[in-house]
Amino acid sequence: MALVELRDLTKRYQTEAEIISVLEDVDLNIEAGEYLSLMGPSGSGKSTLLNLMAGLDQPDSGTITIDGSEITSLGPNRLADWRANHIGFVFQFYNLLPVLTAFQNVELPLLLTNLSKDERRERVEVALNVVNLSDRMEHYPRQLSGGQEQRVGIARAIVSDPVMILADEPTGDLDAASAEEILTLLERLHSEFNKTVLMVTHDQHAAERAHRKMYLEKGVLHQ
Amino acid sequence: MKIPILYNLRSLRARPTATLTTALGMALVVAVFIGMMALSLGFQAALVETGSTENILVLRRGADSELSSGINRDVANAIAALPFVAKDASGKPLISPETFVVVGLERRSGGMANVVIRGVSPEAFDVRTGIRITEGRTFRPGSGEIIVGETLVTRVPNTEIGESLRFAGRDWEVVGHFEAGGSSFESEVWGENELFMPVFRGQVFQTVALRMEDPSAFEGVAETLEADPRLAVDAHLEREFYANQGTLLGDILRFLAVFIAGVMAIGAVFGAVNTMYSAVDSRAPEIGVLLALGFKPRSVMASFVVESMLIALLGGLIGCLIALPINGLVTSTTNWNSFSEVAFAFRVTPTLLVAGIVFALVMGVIGGFLPARRAARRPVVEALREVGS
Repeated sequence: MALVELRDLTKRYQTEAEIISVLEDVDLNIEAGEYLSLMGPSGSGKSTLLNLMAGLDQPDSGTITIDGSEITSLGPNRLADWRANHIGFVFQFYNLLPVLTAFQNVELPLLLTNLSKDERRERVEVALNVVNLSDRMEHYPRQLSGGQEQRVGIARAIVSDPVMILADEPTGDLDAASAEEILTLLERLHSEFNKTVLMVTHDQHAAERAHRKMYLEKGVLHQ
Repeated sequence: MKIPILYNLRSLRARPTATLTTALGMALVVAVFIGMMALSLGFQAALVETGSTENILVLRRGADSELSSGINRDVANAIAALPFVAKDASGKPLISPETFVVVGLERRSGGMANVVIRGVSPEAFDVRTGIRITEGRTFRPGSGEIIVGETLVTRVPNTEIGESLRFAGRDWEVVGHFEAGGSSFESEVWGENELFMPVFRGQVFQTVALRMEDPSAFEGVAETLEADPRLAVDAHLEREFYANQGTLLGDILRFLAVFIAGVMAIGAVFGAVNTMYSAVDSRAPEIGVLLALGFKPRSVMASFVVESMLIALLGGLIGCLIALPINGLVTSTTNWNSFSEVAFAFRVTPTLLVAGIVFALVMGVIGGFLPARRAARRPVVEALREVGS
């Protein structure tokens, strides 16, 4: 059984004038340890697909099974628990909490576990070491560059050792050098740590770094 | 709640103006609440402490105040002879038949004050053990001397030792000052009952205060006194009698404290609601990321309610600091039962400070609830989308 199985996934939005179909009968299998990219023009439904897989949004029909759990049938609280245990999310705009240090931002997902303070500290230090920011632990987001902020965002995504990492245009707000760093880091997560990574991107070059490329257009997924 | 409180503390610090103005609004409410309750507490305490649980105050049957009571000498003598009256070392009954009148005296600050002039027996100081001469000495029987309660000295002129106070058509020499544990006795002038009796209300006392041999036997003693057909009196436990005199005004003051603070609190709560709505709206992406990470909506809600409570806690503490200096300030009011002026001190007690903080926290919870609910109910995707906008 694949790690991720999407079946007949459909998502529509109702506007005042019409119903817009964002995703139309999407089927997708992702095996554990794969590194995939998803491209498509703006409004093609990339982020919607990512949000559905992360359990942040609900489809109108179809099923999403990840690591054996059919998540569309879960209620909001169980979905929150599932998300905390299974998904690491990397945002385009990093979404760090500005009033917390890098360390505290990375520690956030671990506050949902039963780990002791020492265990949490150890995990956070490892995660920040992986993204090469051990020396910036006590810095606040405003004291970091965009690339560094995104690395903290990636450390936060991996710190709870999730089944899958979903990255929504992780290089979209970065200069070329920083973007390269982030892409290298995502590649490392896949190759060294055997993480399953799905990256949504506009950038052809970034998409090429993945081992499997998908294209979404007008709600239809091309693999 | 799993979202660290540090997040709320730092978020509040990140917007100091909004935090402080909201907290100050609450501080004002708390200060007014504590101030008015301290007034009520001080007034009631002054009256409660006037009475002792070991004494009985005897009034004419049906009289509801010392002013309206009248007890003739025969009755007073009969009471003194009863076995349950405590005796001093020489075997004298500890009893004080007292005259009680209210006279108008000029205030130092201008205007007239109604002052209690109490005629007591020499045994009164053994019956009322809380009375202590602080300056000078007590009056000598038959001499026309008086002693003055300490709080009255500060409010009425001609009450210093050696001065003469004029009332009832003659001058009375002040020979001592006394304190009575902050009770309403401190607002009175005391002299000899036998001397006051003829100049005021003829051959009649107003009340008889006596010390019981066995204070735990009050019920039985009261029954005996009230059942005696020669006496025609009501017997009150002294502390209850004076405490009841303060109940009406104390209740009114307490009602006003709650009512005025309550009305002001509505304004302060709106301030908190406004601040918290603004916090929730400006931090939509943060809320989105917390929910995306797996924090449950109820955790987000609790976090924002706690944040509102933190503002309230700050407001409560500031309110306590504003109110604290009034502790001990002496003011006066009219005791509606005796129509006399009672001076008393504001009492800001630890319990009252805690009540003020709790009041602030309740405002915080109410003010934070709706904004917190909005935060918790926000769709994650919608909240996250606001980051780029």
